[in-house]
Amino acid sequence: MAKVTNTLKALLVGGSMLAAAASAANAETFRWAFQGDAQTLDPHGLFETLTLGFQGNIYEGLVKRDDKMEIVGALAESWENIEPTVWRFKLRQGVKFHNGNDFKADDVVFSVNRLNTEGSDMKVVAALIKEAKVVDDYTVDIITPSPNPILPNQFEIFYIMDKQWAEENKATEATNVKGGDEGNHANLNANGTGPFIVKERQSGVKTVLVRNPDYWNKDMKSNITEGIFTPIAQDATRVAALISGNIDLAYPMPVQDWKRLEAAEGVKPLTGPEARTIFLGFDQLRDELVGSNVKGKNPFKDVRVRKAFYQAIDIEGIKAKVMRGASNPAGLLVAPQINGYNAAYNDRLPYDVDAAKKLMEEAGYGDGFEVTMDCPNDRYVNDEQICQAAASMLAKINVKVNLLAQTKSKYFGKVLAQNGYDTSFFLLGWTPSTFDSHNVISSLIACRGGEDKIGAFNLGGYCNPKINELTAMIQSETDQAKRQSMIDEVWKIHADEVGHIPLHQQPLSWGVSDKVDVVQRPDNQLDLRYVVVNK
Amino acid sequence: MLTFIAKRLVQSVLVMLTVALIAFSLFRYVGDPINNMVGQDTTLEQREELKERLGLNDSFIVQFGRFAKNVAQGEFGFSYQHRRPVSELIAERLPATLELSLVSAILALLIGVPMGVYTAIRRNSFLSHSFMTLSLVGISLPTFLIGILLILLFGVILRWLPTFGRGDVVQLGWWSTGLLTASGLKSLIMPAITLALFQMTLIMRLVRSEMLEVLRTDFVKFARARGLQERYVNFVVALKNTMVPVITITGLQLGSIIAFAIITESVFQWPGMGLLFIQAVGNVDIPIMAAYLVLIAFVFVVINLVVDILYVVVDPRLRVDSAGGH
Repeated sequence: MAKVTNTLKALLVGGSMLAAAASAANAETFRWAFQGDAQTLDPHGLFETLTLGFQGNIYEGLVKRDDKMEIVGALAESWENIEPTVWRFKLRQGVKFHNGNDFKADDVVFSVNRLNTEGSDMKVVAALIKEAKVVDDYTVDIITPSPNPILPNQFEIFYIMDKQWAEENKATEATNVKGGDEGNHANLNANGTGPFIVKERQSGVKTVLVRNPDYWNKDMKSNITEGIFTPIAQDATRVAALISGNIDLAYPMPVQDWKRLEAAEGVKPLTGPEARTIFLGFDQLRDELVGSNVKGKNPFKDVRVRKAFYQAIDIEGIKAKVMRGASNPAGLLVAPQINGYNAAYNDRLPYDVDAAKKLMEEAGYGDGFEVTMDCPNDRYVNDEQICQAAASMLAKINVKVNLLAQTKSKYFGKVLAQNGYDTSFFLLGWTPSTFDSHNVISSLIACRGGEDKIGAFNLGGYCNPKINELTAMIQSETDQAKRQSMIDEVWKIHADEVGHIPLHQQPLSWGVSDKVDVVQRPDNQLDLRYVVVNK
Repeated sequence: MLTFIAKRLVQSVLVMLTVALIAFSLFRYVGDPINNMVGQDTTLEQREELKERLGLNDSFIVQFGRFAKNVAQGEFGFSYQHRRPVSELIAERLPATLELSLVSAILALLIGVPMGVYTAIRRNSFLSHSFMTLSLVGISLPTFLIGILLILLFGVILRWLPTFGRGDVVQLGWWSTGLLTASGLKSLIMPAITLALFQMTLIMRLVRSEMLEVLRTDFVKFARARGLQERYVNFVVALKNTMVPVITITGLQLGSIIAFAIITESVFQWPGMGLLFIQAVGNVDIPIMAAYLVLIAFVFVVINLVVDILYVVVDPRLRVDSAGGH
């Protein structure tokens, strides 16, 4: 009998060795590069696309967007709006964190509270939640301050941490930019429920992820066992790394390099419409423009001038010459992928220089005027070139644009609220983090400086109080059809008054090796769950 | 000698303070750090609060005073971007930069000096002319372009060498080295050549012109007349007498290699201090920028000191004073 057991043992050992050998043979390493690094591993440390997108491979929220950007269950299996202000989430059972701890309702409540700690940059998400209550181990009620029909849409980037792990490692508070010991463990270490585990982290240099063997979702498409992420800042270096085969996927790729990628062997450009809308805006608040030769009045207060600017922009020209044919001209400040987009309102005012000239004459600026334009030169796809093109188009209606294009830190330092919105005419881009129009309306279009504290990125101070009323209603309206008609009303008012000049949705620009299949998300995130490495 | 070193070290503190002061007065013009630290949906109040917490609303003098006080206690603050102590980050990146700089400096010396000697003694040979032409290329092409060309040739077309990064590193205590792994050595080749090329041509041209001077002097002629071997005359008698300017230049260049490896490091995504610095500039990470500039000032001071000491070793005439004149 003893002999038999030994033989069995030997067989088992042999078998497991074979299995190990097999999995080694199947080891698929996926290397990818972005222009910057995820700034922290702390899921509540920075509300930024790349950082949250990267963390999304390690941590998970209650819900998740799938490859078609539909909201599906992640740590929650189902949810319902049991009362106008209460969302009940039924949690997935049997899920474990990377350290083996069980995932339970406690962890959700803990994570909600962590959103509100000093270092947290996710206070916007925290503001959506009045209270989180444990109903039982696998049921949580989220109570909202007012009815919120789109709460699940806003929850994808709210990741759940392990309460016990955080307590053991003194990471119960979000990593603070100011430093200090609290939360720092979570800055460089992670313990999520996601499909990948952090094996090595050198901030700014590289991060190595390995597959989580106990991941709950056995249907995950990805076959990669190891992921190596390297930030590569220089465009030329990133392109070379991809073409030489050192990297399987790199983004963003300069639009002007697409031809080279098509010509190169083994790689291809992967492009698609990004959900980011690029637009121009004007100062409509000051009584006299800064950096203009018009004294004592502000020409942009006249809707005819704004309309003339709009009609003087040849968007097809920008698309063909600057964007290499890869942009989607837009009439709305939201992209088609955004909830609340309505194609009926997406038509632009026609490009018509004569009509624009006529409008300028009617407004009393037939001879044009001089204005300073603020523009970033390293933030959006070909941002500075777009501004240059716009400047030369506006010259045709006698407007002399003095272009001030600078690096993003300087640009944002000048035009944002902290510096008193110091701009007369600017270019900006926006992707609503919630993928909902409400975010765009309340950040960019609503009057700023009011009681409701919205409109923080309405840099030009465009203001129609009716829109603020509608914004509040849109936020809490649960009937989707009614909600859409309110959103449409905003689109109409904003277009009639030419609050901004929408330009286009910029293209996503990735470079991918022929060996891998990936899903390109319109918010420029890479989800490793959908990465497949082929032999 | 000791008083000399002590005096120099005291001077270095002043130099570093001045550098920090100038750096700090420039930081106000690099842009707004807050916007790089928060997401787009972060409210104005939270942004203001963060600015206040970081002490960015204080006056320039207060901010500088706080920085100087902390540095005096060996405290360089926290990086905005990495959310970690700056000293830790620099310690992590220092080995990469030092390995790259030292390998480049050695490369430049080992190739530059013999080439200089050769072009001086065989002035009209074909090889000398080719060296001189090559050196013109090395001096006039910008580092960035050389790096990109090397990547294109050896990385993209021939695919012999990795195009970025440091390869696998081995951890020896706190020091990470890429010199002990094959991928580490392979990764080092292109950045080291890129960084060394300019220094190499500089040294070669310097040695050449110094040699031409020295070869004309009487003691070299006398050495030849004594029937000493040609090689001994060229490489020992003559070369030794060209060394003072070569040491000065090499020393100062070593400083600039370390300080200005920035371009090479960013072309090759070499994870050293230069890359850390350039990323910090892009993100307005003031604590890193301040610490880096102070550190580089310190490196220059130390190198100058070492060069001064080396003079004494190489040139016996300088030894008389310091030894008290016996």
